[in-house]
Amino acid sequence: MTRMEKPVNFSRRGLLKAGGALVVSVGAPVSFDFARADDALSMSATVKPALTPDQLSSYIAVNADGTISAYFGKMDMGQGLFVAVGQIVAEELDVPFDRVKVFMGDTATSVNQGGASGSTGLQEGGKQMRVAAAEARRVLIDLAAQKLGVPAEQLSVDKGIVHNVAEMAQSVSYAELIGGRYFNVHLDWNGKYGNPLYAPGKAQPKDSKTHTIVGQPIKRRDVAPKVFAQQDFCTDVKVPGMVHGRVIRPAIAGAVPVSVDENSLKHIPGARVVWNQGFLGVVADKEWDAIKASQQLKVEWSDAKPPFPDQAALYNHIRKTPARKREVEGKQAGNVDDAFDTAARVIAAEYEWPFQSHASMGPACSLVEIKDGHVTCWSGTQKSHFARSGVAAILQMPEDNVHVIWTPGPGSYGRNDADDAAMDAAVLAKAVGKPVRVQYMRNQGTGWDPKGPASVHQVRAALDASGNVIAYDFLSKAFSRVDVDTNGSKPNDTLAGQLLGVDLKSGDGFGIPAESYGFANKRTAWEVIPPLLDRASPLRTSHLRDPVGPQIHFASESFMDEVAAALDMDSVEFRLRYVKDPRDVAVIKAAAEKAGWQSRPSPRRDQTGDKVSGRGIAYAQRNGTRVAMIAEIDIDRRSGKIWVRKFTVAHDCGQIINPDGLRMTIEGNIVQGISRTLWEEVKFDNKNVTSVDWLSYPILDITETPDQIDVVLINHPEIAPSGAGEPSSRPIAAAIANAVFDATGVRIRRVPFSPEYVKAALS
Amino acid sequence: MGEKFSLNVNGQAHSVEADPDMPLLYALRDDLGLNNPHFGCGLAQCGACTVQLDGQAIRSCVTPVSAVGDGKIVTLAGLGTPEKPHPLQAAYIEEQVPQCGYCINGWIMTAAAFLRDNKKPTEAQIKDALSGLKCRCGTHVAILRAVKRAAAMMG
Repeated sequence: MTRMEKPVNFSRRGLLKAGGALVVSVGAPVSFDFARADDALSMSATVKPALTPDQLSSYIAVNADGTISAYFGKMDMGQGLFVAVGQIVAEELDVPFDRVKVFMGDTATSVNQGGASGSTGLQEGGKQMRVAAAEARRVLIDLAAQKLGVPAEQLSVDKGIVHNVAEMAQSVSYAELIGGRYFNVHLDWNGKYGNPLYAPGKAQPKDSKTHTIVGQPIKRRDVAPKVFAQQDFCTDVKVPGMVHGRVIRPAIAGAVPVSVDENSLKHIPGARVVWNQGFLGVVADKEWDAIKASQQLKVEWSDAKPPFPDQAALYNHIRKTPARKREVEGKQAGNVDDAFDTAARVIAAEYEWPFQSHASMGPACSLVEIKDGHVTCWSGTQKSHFARSGVAAILQMPEDNVHVIWTPGPGSYGRNDADDAAMDAAVLAKAVGKPVRVQYMRNQGTGWDPKGPASVHQVRAALDASGNVIAYDFLSKAFSRVDVDTNGSKPNDTLAGQLLGVDLKSGDGFGIPAESYGFANKRTAWEVIPPLLDRASPLRTSHLRDPVGPQIHFASESFMDEVAAALDMDSVEFRLRYVKDPRDVAVIKAAAEKAGWQSRPSPRRDQTGDKVSGRGIAYAQRNGTRVAMIAEIDIDRRSGKIWVRKFTVAHDCGQIINPDGLRMTIEGNIVQGISRTLWEEVKFDNKNVTSVDWLSYPILDITETPDQIDVVLINHPEIAPSGAGEPSSRPIAAAIANAVFDATGVRIRRVPFSPEYVKAALS
Repeated sequence: MGEKFSLNVNGQAHSVEADPDMPLLYALRDDLGLNNPHFGCGLAQCGACTVQLDGQAIRSCVTPVSAVGDGKIVTLAGLGTPEKPHPLQAAYIEEQVPQCGYCINGWIMTAAAFLRDNKKPTEAQIKDALSGLKCRCGTHVAILRAVKRAAAMMG
């Protein structure tokens, strides 16, 4: 091995001519002579250039066998994003889809593209992979031009082989051109990390009209490993010398340990206690022993004052608490207050949404190994690059010494408990000097994950004497969507950091309805209030799938129906009268047509008896995507039980990369959204969250599954893809509420629509 | 501390030393290195830990290792292979069912026992048989498609 003791400058061409093998030890600083930047040969390198966003090699590699590795700084949460990204890369490179492998979210192989975030997997992540793959193709053609002695314009690519179009037999494969070496090509990086990272090359991506791989219903390759039990989740990773850790949370939120009796564990082999300020955990060699230790450790807790109000007072608490921040957002129009002064009629309503839990299928798990000054963390986090920063900070180590390997977790729909688990594992691993695998228990996964914020929404509309809507005023008042941030890059946003006493920094944020109602006077605003408990709260709030979208659009789209009903207008016709955006109009019409919507006002007046049926529509935008949906429900007035029999969804997210993946993503959103609407509410008492398992936090059962979910996909190949992971989550609750009103004439303005609540509302 | 237990898992004999009250789940995962069953709740509420014991779907997270005796345990990996998939595994692939996939043991191992004993079930019967299992990603509609497909294959 050639060891480079100090930086060396050398010429690429000279080295290649010399022909000898050069092996550079990892980490040796090397800088190349870029004097021949235009020389095709300088576009490749034997040593991988630094993993920076401005390097093509940070995204795309051609392997010696002609396969393509795509390094993606986001990850798939089960919707098949990596298939769509593979399709984009294969399309731009002109290689068969099967030849592309997408590597996701490993901080050692990908740059920070923001992780799984805001349905931007294709919108932002795919956009970057598209320009990177296009640039790789351009560079490969330049290399081929040089090798074949043919101008680049005379070359074409088929299945990874570059041909001279004038003489097809004259060809060279990608593998022959660069296989096993690396691109050494600078991209025009915009200097941003995360979702907005963008680094195009000189190449223009293909015209969508020429696409042959993008748009195809290619199947996922991770399904077979899952059904044959061959895929490792982050819960399954083991390393030599690993011990099992568990953390211990207080019975009264906010309490901290004041004395801990380690002797109470002396009968458990290898059990050790890790206690530092509010942080309390145990480790043991065997997992069952760690669990027993966490249950049997004798702890005296501080005399904390119960921090929470009665749950029944939650919404009044939100109403009466002074706002910490107020924002008027979105496109405002006219003068709302003046318009209300002239109104012939005012319609007003208020809607309420509870705290909700990610309640992921399994509680979070993470494994951290600290060895020779380097940290390896296996985590199901949605944001591994940010988690690296957090782990480095809590361990007080340089970020470069921390490697986070994203490994699929037990379900993830936002900022769940995964980032907390990674930090807990890091703290425990450092304390005991061994690799520690932490998995939370169910009551911690549901009880102590960051929650989707509870909210109250006050909406009013002013009508003139002719029944025209002349003003609209929408205000959300709520807990913040970023009391703790959407990623774990800062210890103050994690339980471990908060329990170890770092300074707090609760963020403010909420949102407004996303639609195109063209009311002449319009105001959309939000206010947030402080958390109920500042530090280490089981009711701290952050992002849960389509953060604050379901809340806001439950209110805004229920309210549109209330106005339509007050005017005795059909709900679809009312929307079409005011919605301005043509793509919005198209999804509303498509949903109505597919569902066979008959024009009439709500509620129905033709039903008697206890079992009645209804239909409801709702629509919304989300960052470029439009979705309209119609719920058809049956309701038993005696029990209050709602069955959502059928959903019809019309969805426009621009260009469709993979229609089957998109359809399944929407189906999952619908079922999860029905669950959130009908069942989900985090319960708490004065002391703590009391929703701690599947009995106390029920979700939709398979017996309650809709008979039918019809999905109409509207494809716009000419429009860059926007997101699909979340948009169809947001109109669901309103569509169901509107259907309940249609069936019964009773308006449900609070989620969840549990049988008890609905029954009471109907009586 | 621990006692020795013999376990027959996927046709192979194993021996583990454990507390008698330790749930079978940890013996399978930690002692035998089988990652198929998952910890979801530890309360028999979700199904992620499901295996078959003498052909019956059981929740390994609440089954003490001492209660297994000489019963035959089959995990998801023992149900079928890529070369010889169980009809449910084939149907799951065809229907592209799982999203995160963490719940998969519960649905497949429970449905496999049900379909073995119930030929040509109605949709309502399938739903009843699977009631109580959890899928947080909301793949219920796809699960039902796959189970119906497998039921047709199993005739």
